[in-house]
Amino acid sequence: MDLSFGSEYDEFRVEVQSFLANNAHKAPKGNDLRGQTAKDWQKLLIENGYTARTIPKEFGGFGAEPDILKSRIIAEEFSNLRVNTGLGGQGISMLVPTLLEMGTQEQKEQFIRPTIHGEMIWCQGYSEPGAGSDLASLTTSAVLDGDEWVVNGQKIWTSTAHIADWIFCLVRTEPDAPKHKGISFLLFDMKTPGIEIRPLVDMTGAANFNETFYTDVRLPKHQIVGERGQGWQVANAILGHERETLAPANTAQTRINTLIELMKADTADGERLIDNPVYRDRLMKIQGHVMAMRFNELRVLSARLNPGQDAGLSRMITKLEGTELRHELEGLAIDVMGEIGLAYEDNPHLRNTGSWQREYMYYLGLIIGGGTSQIQKNIISERGLDMPREPKIEKSR
Amino acid sequence: MQFGLSEEQILLQDNVKRFLNDNASLDQVRKYAEGGSDADVWAGLAELGVAAILIPEEHGGIGMTPLDAAIVAECLGNNVAPGPFLGSAVMAPTALIASGGDHGEMLAQLAAGTHRVGIAFGEAIKRRNNAGIQVSNGIMNGTSLFAFDAIADSYLVADQNKHLYMVSADDTGLTRTLLTTVDKTRQTVELNYKDVTATCISTNVSVFEAALDIGRVMLAADTLGASQDMLDQAVDYAKQREQFNRPIASFQAVKHMCAEMAASLEPCRSMVWFAAHALADLPDEARATACHTKAHLSEVGKAIAKTSTEVHGGMGFTDLVGLHYWFKRIGANRQWLGAPEHVRHEAAILQGLVA
Ligand SMILES: Cc1cc2nc3c(=O)[nH]c(=O)nc-3n(C[C@H](O)[C@H](O)[C@H](O)COP(=O)(O)OP(=O)(O)OC[C@H]3O[C@@H](n4cnc5c(N)ncnc54)[C@H](O)[C@@H]3O)c2cc1C
Repeated sequence: MDLSFGSEYDEFRVEVQSFLANNAHKAPKGNDLRGQTAKDWQKLLIENGYTARTIPKEFGGFGAEPDILKSRIIAEEFSNLRVNTGLGGQGISMLVPTLLEMGTQEQKEQFIRPTIHGEMIWCQGYSEPGAGSDLASLTTSAVLDGDEWVVNGQKIWTSTAHIADWIFCLVRTEPDAPKHKGISFLLFDMKTPGIEIRPLVDMTGAANFNETFYTDVRLPKHQIVGERGQGWQVANAILGHERETLAPANTAQTRINTLIELMKADTADGERLIDNPVYRDRLMKIQGHVMAMRFNELRVLSARLNPGQDAGLSRMITKLEGTELRHELEGLAIDVMGEIGLAYEDNPHLRNTGSWQREYMYYLGLIIGGGTSQIQKNIISERGLDMPREPKIEKSR
Repeated sequence: MQFGLSEEQILLQDNVKRFLNDNASLDQVRKYAEGGSDADVWAGLAELGVAAILIPEEHGGIGMTPLDAAIVAECLGNNVAPGPFLGSAVMAPTALIASGGDHGEMLAQLAAGTHRVGIAFGEAIKRRNNAGIQVSNGIMNGTSLFAFDAIADSYLVADQNKHLYMVSADDTGLTRTLLTTVDKTRQTVELNYKDVTATCISTNVSVFEAALDIGRVMLAADTLGASQDMLDQAVDYAKQREQFNRPIASFQAVKHMCAEMAASLEPCRSMVWFAAHALADLPDEARATACHTKAHLSEVGKAIAKTSTEVHGGMGFTDLVGLHYWFKRIGANRQWLGAPEHVRHEAAILQGLVA
C-alpha cells in the first residue's frame, strides 16, 4: 500500500491549484454547450492540458503522454473547488475516444479538433423504440447505393439531437448476418435532408432528448467507422469505460460535502438540520458508502497503473453502485429540507447549492441510461460471477 | 502509487488461508462450537506468526502493520475460525504498546501465543443498566457485561472513563460467568469484580481509542471475509442446485441477488484495506474511517448474510450446511465495539458535525 503519488506529482498538483486560483473565475456556471464563455473556457483548459489532455496536438488536443495520476489530480482539484471541467457531451466523451481508437486518419483530422473545441456538437443514435436494453436488435437500416449509404428508420432518446451538428449512429447494414454482426457505425450531418427531430420532454421538464426519424438519408460511403458489420465492436470499444465514468466517487464526495454545509446552515424549529439524529444517521450512512466507493475507485486506478494487480469486480460494479448511490444522496437532501426540498426551477427558496430535485431525477435517468441497473446485474452475475445466461427464447414469427 | 496488497501480503494471506482450510474446516468449527477447544488452532496460528503480528521484534514479535493484521482477520472470518486473535493478537498488544509502559514480559507471552487476553470494553462504549466499574487505589469492583475472547489468562478492562486496566483471571475476587450468545464460534463472558487487583495500563484516553479503533477495523475485516465466503457459497450452490430442469443460477432473480451481494461487497474490500492502512499512516483520517468502515461492513454483511441464506432455500435454514455460523458471526461482529448507529454517531462527532 503506497498512496503517495510522488514528488513530481505534488508539483503538478500545485500547478493545477495555482491555475485554478488565477482562472477559476472565468469558468462558466451552467451547462450551456453553445455559449461563448464555455468555448473560451474550453480553449483555455486545452491550452493548459486540463482537458483533451492526451489527444494529439495534430488533432487539436494538448498532446501529453497518458498519465493516469495527472488526470486524477486534475479531476480532484477541479472537483474540490467545484469548477467546471470543460465541455462534455457524447461527442467528446464517446465519439472522440472511439475515433482515436478505430477511426481513419481523415476522420480524426476532420472531426476531433472541432468537436473538442465545442464547434461541432454530436448526438448518439443507438436506441430505438424496439431496441433498448436489447440494443443489438436494432432495425434502422442502411443500404449502399453506389457511393452512398441510404439510411431509413427511427431512433429514440436521442439526447441533444435538436442542437447537434452531427450524429454517430448504429444501423443495420447486413440484414442476413447474426444480429451482433450485421451492424455498422455511421457518421452523418444532422442537416442532411430526410431527418426529422421531435423533442421529447423528460421528467425534469427539459426537452433534452428526442425522437429522430430518418427517411432516405444519404451520406458518403466513407463516413463509416470500422468495417461494415463491425459496428457493435466499435460501439463497445469504449462503452465499458464510459460506464465507469458516469457517477464518479469524487463528485459524490463533493456533493455530500455540499449537503453537510447545507445541513449545518439550515434550521428547522431553530435546530440545525445536522442536529437531528435521524437525518444525521442517514447522512453518515451515505457518507460511509461514498467512502467505500472512493477507495474502490482508488483500487481501479491502481490496477491501471500496476498491470498484474487484479481489480476484481471493482470496475464492473461502478455504474450500478455509483448511480444508485448518487440518486440516494440527492434524495436525502430533499428529505432533510422538508417542504423546502420541493423547491424547483425559479422558486426563491431554492438553496444556492443547486437543485437537489433536478439531480435526484437526473441520476434516475443515469440509472436507466447507459445500460439499466438490471442489465448491470446481468453483466456482474454472468461475467463477474460466471453464472449461466438465461436460456434464449427464439421469437416465433 | 499502489493501492492494494504487496506480494508479501498475498503470501501471508495464502499461508493463513491454507492453514485454516486444513485446521478450521466447517467440521472443526462445529466441534469447537459444541464445546471443543481452540488450543490447537491458536497454537498453529501462533507458529505462523499470527499471534506476534503486531508486536515489535524486541519483544519477540514480527512487527507487521494493521493492514497485515486485517488480512489475517479477513481469513479468520472466511472460515468463521475460532481463536483469540482480536483480543490477544490485536487489541491487547495495541493497548500495551500505546501505553508506553513496561509490558515486555506480557508482550513476549502474547507473541508466543502462550498468554490470552480477553477484552471487556463494553462499559466504555455504552454502559448498560446493570453494569459499571469502580476502581480506587488499584482495587476494582463492579461488572463488565459481554467480554469477548472469554477464555483468557487476563482481561483488559475499560471503565466508563475509558481508563484501561489489566486483571488476572486467577484473582480470587473475579467471577466469570460464560454467557450464551448466538455466535458459537467465539466465547463471551460476564465478569464480576469484587475487590480485584487492577493494574492500570493507561488513563490516557488515546490508548483506549487506539485499541478500540483497530478492534473495529478487524471486526470489519472479519465481516468482509465471512461475507465473501457467504457470497461464494451462494454462487457455488446456485450453480449446482437444479429446479425446473435448470440450475437455479440461471434464474435471473437468483443472479440478481448474487450480483447485488457482489456489487455491495467489492468496495468493502478497498474500504477495509484503506481503514487498516490509515491506522498506521493517516492519523487524521484513521478514527472516523474506522467508524465508517465498521458501520458500512456491518450493513453490507447483514444484507449478504440474509441473501446468501435465501439463495440456499430451505437448505440455508438448516444446521446441515452450517451457513448459520457465518450468519451469526456477521451478526456478532455488528454488535461488538459499537453497533452501526453508535459508530456512525461517533463518526459525526469526530468530524465536528455534532457536539
Ligand atoms: C437520460 C437518458 C438519456 C439517454 N440518452 C440516449 C442517447 O443519447 N442515445 C441513445 O441511443 N439512447 C439514449 N438513452 C436510452 C437508454 O440507453 C435506454 O433507455 C436504455 O438502454 C434502456 O432501454 P429502454 O428504455 O428501451 O428500456 P427497456 O430495455 O425496455 O427496459 C425496461 C425495463 O426492463 C428491464 N429489462 C430489459 N431487459 C432486461 C433483461 N435482459 N434483464 C432484466 N431486466 C431487463 C430494464 O432494466 C428496465 O427496467 C437515454 C436514456 C436516458 C434515460
